[in-house]
Amino acid sequence: MRTVHVDEIRDTVARLCWEACYYLPADVVQGFKKAEQEEKSPLGKTIISQLIENAELAAGEHMPYCHDTGLAVVYAEVGQDVHITGGAFLESIHAGVRKGYDEGFLRKSVVGDPLLRVNTGDNTPAVVHTEIVPGDLVKLTLLPKGGGSENMSAMKFLLPGEGEEGVKQFVLDTMIAAGGKACPPVIIGVGIGGSFDKVTAIAKEAVLREVGQHHHEPHIAKLEADLLELVNKTGIGPQGLGGTSTALWVAVETYACHITALPVAVNIQCHAARKKSAVI
Amino acid sequence: MAQYHLTTPLAGDAIRQLRAGDEVLLTGTIYMARDAAHKRMIELLERGETLPVDLRGQIIFYAGPCPPKPGQIIGPVAPTTAYRMDPYAPAMYEYGVKGTIGKGPRRDMVKEACMRYNAVSFAAIGGLSAVLSQKVRGVEVVAYDDLGPEAIRRLQVEAFPMLVAYDAYGGDLYEQEIAKYRQLP
Repeated sequence: MRTVHVDEIRDTVARLCWEACYYLPADVVQGFKKAEQEEKSPLGKTIISQLIENAELAAGEHMPYCHDTGLAVVYAEVGQDVHITGGAFLESIHAGVRKGYDEGFLRKSVVGDPLLRVNTGDNTPAVVHTEIVPGDLVKLTLLPKGGGSENMSAMKFLLPGEGEEGVKQFVLDTMIAAGGKACPPVIIGVGIGGSFDKVTAIAKEAVLREVGQHHHEPHIAKLEADLLELVNKTGIGPQGLGGTSTALWVAVETYACHITALPVAVNIQCHAARKKSAVI
Repeated sequence: MAQYHLTTPLAGDAIRQLRAGDEVLLTGTIYMARDAAHKRMIELLERGETLPVDLRGQIIFYAGPCPPKPGQIIGPVAPTTAYRMDPYAPAMYEYGVKGTIGKGPRRDMVKEACMRYNAVSFAAIGGLSAVLSQKVRGVEVVAYDDLGPEAIRRLQVEAFPMLVAYDAYGGDLYEQEIAKYRQLP
């Protein structure tokens, strides 16, 4: 049994918070560069060039790419042969977020009670998804999720008979409703199957997939390609100001589901598509 | 589409010359206020009370910055999604605000208010936060300090880049540009 102290978890989460916010992942920047080449709207092309300049400036100056440094969504994969010592595991994650948002000069965007709406002042609590996996490692992934795009995300139960066409229509309707409000060019995470809760969880996990990497199942990979083409025909374009680059990528994740159901969820990720992992 | 270098405060004539799609580089004072600050200000206006800052003739930037690092004037900053402020916007324009800066499309109530009160709604690039923070030359919190990132701040900006999204004549840049690239049946 390997031991991991909570201080190490706290410090790793803290580092991941600001690293994610300062350094836009290479696959996303690569996605911008491809979109810059392909964009048909002159204004859209200019906007994408500015986003590339912004990413370079943020990385060079070690400052957040976007001021909305998000709600901290943390994925923790904990090996079943790990013994966590020194305190409570969940609290060490919140402590890491508190430390990272403070030390990294990141914006604190969390209100405690959703109706009373008083800012907690330290960006906690985080949203934490923990999974027990084989082995003796702890993998932590930070997804600082911006509010503008999260607000435009949606879930729906389709009838099983609506099938793939129904899924396409729902993704398209969701994207048209989101338009420029979700900060395109976006990355679209789609979940299909599971239950009410599972489908939204896998839609968000899909956002973590690298831009340019298709699903391993050929029929799902084909659906991803079809959805990307369809969404880019909406004309929404960068910032919703018209163009052919509404989405950089569409990733679909699936799960088994009940015979009565075809749940589908769309998690929209703005162009500040930040993610960062570390293994302890 | 024209390009303008404008300096605040924007007079009625400056507003009248602007058309949807025009590029504006703005220099001078703007006021940052977003959701929670608007809620408080609208409650004051409804009760006929005075706002904590006189925003008549001014421009409101819908935004909330990151905290500045030592040596920075302001942390990264860019517009937040404007439609969340739509329910408050007509009353703010009626009160005398001449322009707002946000991102994303807005509802007809905002277009109509711009026409009625000779005002505009500008779009800046959402998430262009590292670049836009460099256009800020000064910042001070002027009201609602307790709201943290949502406090009202007075900013001095230099050549701050924006587009006219909704002009005083009903022009709508989003609708106009999206229609050009839509390829769906």
